[in-house]
Amino acid sequence: MHKTTRTLLAGLIASAFIATPALAQQKLKIGFISTFSGPQGAIGEDMKNSVELALDHLKRKVGGLDTEVIYGDDQVKPDVGTQVADEMLKKHQVNFVAGIIWSNVMLAVAPRVTAAGTFMIGTNAGPNQLAGEGCNEMFFTTSWQNDQTPEAMGKYMQDKGIQDVYLMAPNYAAGKDMLTGFKRYYKGRVVDEVYTRLGQTDYQAEISQLRSKSPKAVFVFYPGGMGVQFLKQYSEAGLRGQFPLYSVYTVDELSIPAVKHAALGQLETRYWSQDLKNDANVKFVGDYRKKYGGKTPSYYGAQSYDGILLIDSAVRGVKGNLADKKGMIAVMRKADFASTRGKFKYGQNHFPIENFYLLKTVAGATPTSDPVMEIQQTVFKDHKDAYGTACKMKW
Amino acid sequence: MNFVLIAEQTLNGLQLGVMLFLLAAGLTLVFGIMNMVNLAHGALYMVGAYLTTFFYQQTGSYLLAVVLGLASTLVVGIVTELVALRTLYERDHLDQVLATFGLILFFNELVAILWGRAAIFSTIPDYLTGHVEFGVFRYPLYRLMIIGVGLAVAVLLWFVVSRTRLGMLIRAGASNRAMVAALGVNIRLLYTVVFGFGAALAGLAGLLAGPIYSVQPGMGELILIQVFVVIVIGGIGSIRGAFAGALIVGMVDTMGRAFLKPVLSTVLSPTAADAAGPALASMLIYLLMAVVLTFRPAGLFPAVR
Amino acid sequence: MSMTPRSWILVGLLALLAAVPPVAAYFDAPFYLDLLRRVMIFAIAASSLNLILGYGGMVSFGHAAYLGIGAYAVGVLGYYGIHNGCLQWGVAIGASALVALAIGAISVRTSGIYFIMITLAFTQMLYYLGISIEEYGGDDGMRLKLRSEFDFINLNNETAFYYLVLAILAFAILLVHRLVNSRFGRVIQAARSNEARTRAIGFSPYPYRLAAFVISGALCGLAGALLVNHTAYLTPEFMNWTRSGELMFMVILGGIATSAGPLLGAAALLLLEDVLQGWSLLPKEAVRDHWQLYLGVILVLVVLFARRGLAGLLPGKNE
Repeated sequence: MHKTTRTLLAGLIASAFIATPALAQQKLKIGFISTFSGPQGAIGEDMKNSVELALDHLKRKVGGLDTEVIYGDDQVKPDVGTQVADEMLKKHQVNFVAGIIWSNVMLAVAPRVTAAGTFMIGTNAGPNQLAGEGCNEMFFTTSWQNDQTPEAMGKYMQDKGIQDVYLMAPNYAAGKDMLTGFKRYYKGRVVDEVYTRLGQTDYQAEISQLRSKSPKAVFVFYPGGMGVQFLKQYSEAGLRGQFPLYSVYTVDELSIPAVKHAALGQLETRYWSQDLKNDANVKFVGDYRKKYGGKTPSYYGAQSYDGILLIDSAVRGVKGNLADKKGMIAVMRKADFASTRGKFKYGQNHFPIENFYLLKTVAGATPTSDPVMEIQQTVFKDHKDAYGTACKMKW
Repeated sequence: MNFVLIAEQTLNGLQLGVMLFLLAAGLTLVFGIMNMVNLAHGALYMVGAYLTTFFYQQTGSYLLAVVLGLASTLVVGIVTELVALRTLYERDHLDQVLATFGLILFFNELVAILWGRAAIFSTIPDYLTGHVEFGVFRYPLYRLMIIGVGLAVAVLLWFVVSRTRLGMLIRAGASNRAMVAALGVNIRLLYTVVFGFGAALAGLAGLLAGPIYSVQPGMGELILIQVFVVIVIGGIGSIRGAFAGALIVGMVDTMGRAFLKPVLSTVLSPTAADAAGPALASMLIYLLMAVVLTFRPAGLFPAVR
Repeated sequence: MSMTPRSWILVGLLALLAAVPPVAAYFDAPFYLDLLRRVMIFAIAASSLNLILGYGGMVSFGHAAYLGIGAYAVGVLGYYGIHNGCLQWGVAIGASALVALAIGAISVRTSGIYFIMITLAFTQMLYYLGISIEEYGGDDGMRLKLRSEFDFINLNNETAFYYLVLAILAFAILLVHRLVNSRFGRVIQAARSNEARTRAIGFSPYPYRLAAFVISGALCGLAGALLVNHTAYLTPEFMNWTRSGELMFMVILGGIATSAGPLLGAAALLLLEDVLQGWSLLPKEAVRDHWQLYLGVILVLVVLFARRGLAGLLPGKNE
């Protein structure tokens, strides 16, 4: 045993140290960071699937160059994220780093990547710190600024004249941002603002409090597993018919299979939906379903697909000359690619200026199929985020 | 704060408490008898939730799924005990923590391979949905059923531990292991039985939790730490302690989440209460544990040694 | 101190680490500098834990707290524009020692599983506290604008920073080694193996244990100060309970109560993570995304079959 253990260890250590030789740059390398292991890995999987689909659509040649995508797992830890990014920058010498689900990982990784003179293409997290003073010409995102989505819901509820709203979110930075964003456009009466423990599983106590306050409507932000739990318990407690529930980032294509009917009637705002009728999106959603056994992609996937297309447009625009970073920045600022959300523009801070829609969860096409989210109306046209004014970038 | 709300929150606390008790009972038995720290107890809870959901989808019968789910979690528990944990009883806590953490990673990934990483759909039959009217308020039937099952298990455990031969062995094993073995009892078999029993209880908690919580890899760890707090407050190895600890933690956590902010806002400014309330509510059960251990270093109901 | 074969191997390992920067520069592979610096920082933290866990028998399941406090000391002072390294690191060590004194005063009185749980409980409290302080970024954390500033060394020079970490690691290993071989250390170790006898020969173990707990916390706080400089990012995630678990595993994997153990364990765990994810020998999909499955199996196997950890595989007598 001892001897084999030792040999195995020697082998492991040796293989860790065999550096991939730095090839002459005729190949495009993209480092894609997301969460692939552990409970949150489902999001990473959807993102990776979409990246692979984008590569298929581009015949494995992003911007006409042979492409290698290196995937890195951040394990939802900022320091692991930076470690993975360092590996991509220094060992693999990637031209682009893309991906990243979590704000805290993004805040740790993005400055490191841009400081190394490499492009950072965010495909989910949009923390305000990077939209304002911390904006950077090497940083682009294909998603949104965190506040934009709740702002859309705030506006919708304000326009509808809904009063006495009860607000709930987990007690962490993104949770507070969401409620702040909501209140930026919602000016009606707020009954109460409740913050719950991050990662909480049981919401019955909060649901009882909520019922005792008899609000006219409820607005929540419960991403991932928390959303699954909250929705199930909300509908189990019989509040579905009693207090209309509005949410952001709580119901999506990843959680619908887990909550099914408990999500029916749910209203969310979002910049994208699987039923958006533009050629790029029809192709993306259709081919995704074909390639991955009928699964519907989520917005995480759509953003990641767009991220690869954005890179494609940049490399194509400089005719494959990866050294021409100024040129690529200029091209990317035009957002000249077939985005799944349709045509959009970039703001001063490289965050999209895009439409936001009201989505409703409705029954699927057949009685056995899962509910789907469909667009009801446009809430914002060309909505700009609130922090861009603090960005000093000029172009 | 009115009476109705307090009554409702008390039920909520009770329900959370019995859920914690189902997990704590198995954990504390394994602790008390084998002196084994089993971090993978939460993994068995997850396995129970997944298997029951799977059988319910396959058979369409909830009762059958519950029986199959419990039986198969029992089997998984026993196999785990035989393959990996058996040799760990004589080791120190450190080895046990390391190996069972390894098991957590293993089970989480195994479940992810079999059913995917995303949460899966888990539901209850129609006859368990709906509410019970209590005059002034109504309460979900399913949650009442959880309270009922939890209390029934508590009574059953009390009966087994204090009135049966197995219980006598369990009590004897917890207070003097060597003596029990010397008296000719097959201690290995006793261990396996106790571990399987604990696994089935964890599976029961998992299958009850499935429909209201989220069935996903890693669901066990979210609740595991609270369960550890329960058994430490109660006193390790004591079923009575686990029951008391579970109800106390369930109540304190529920009441803290419900009433801490409103109470704080009567003394603090609203913004200060907004900031302090949720933070304090998150820390409350840990504070409670620190206070209990400060005054009773072996918990509230230490098992007699 | 007399040099056993074990000590020579440890010195050899440190010398090997010292040789990494020129070699990495030669092969143009600067990434390994980052990777190994991270390994060494965790090795320092694991060494500090080894003092109480390995030698003192105090199984702290909350050691990540001091990693966090050290990191917050540097990050918060930096936030207010104080970048003086001596001050920052002094505060990191001092604050960690103070917190360890407070936590230790209560928890060292308990033992066994109660000790494990109470140290976990205090760390959970600090973790939730970190999440709820919005001023310092809450759970988002915040970026360290500048690395700590010293007169004698520039931490922005990656190689210089690397050697500083290496020097601190050597110091930490030596410190722990000296401590456990002193009278103080012998009381701690005696109390681990037989508390009653220690009392009988006239020592009350409590103050000794508490002192070890405080020293261990302070040393781990220093590792936290290094970690936040390494990552250039402050996050309450440093105090997550799984992080405490990882530190424990490094100590156990490497071999508890050995000088080389923490370094071997930190290296094995972190390199294994890196290797399992990027391994090209096995079908990639199967390994990459499910590397935790393999890590889990390896952990169980190490406990079952390599009882004294990696250090147990080294030649020479166990300490």
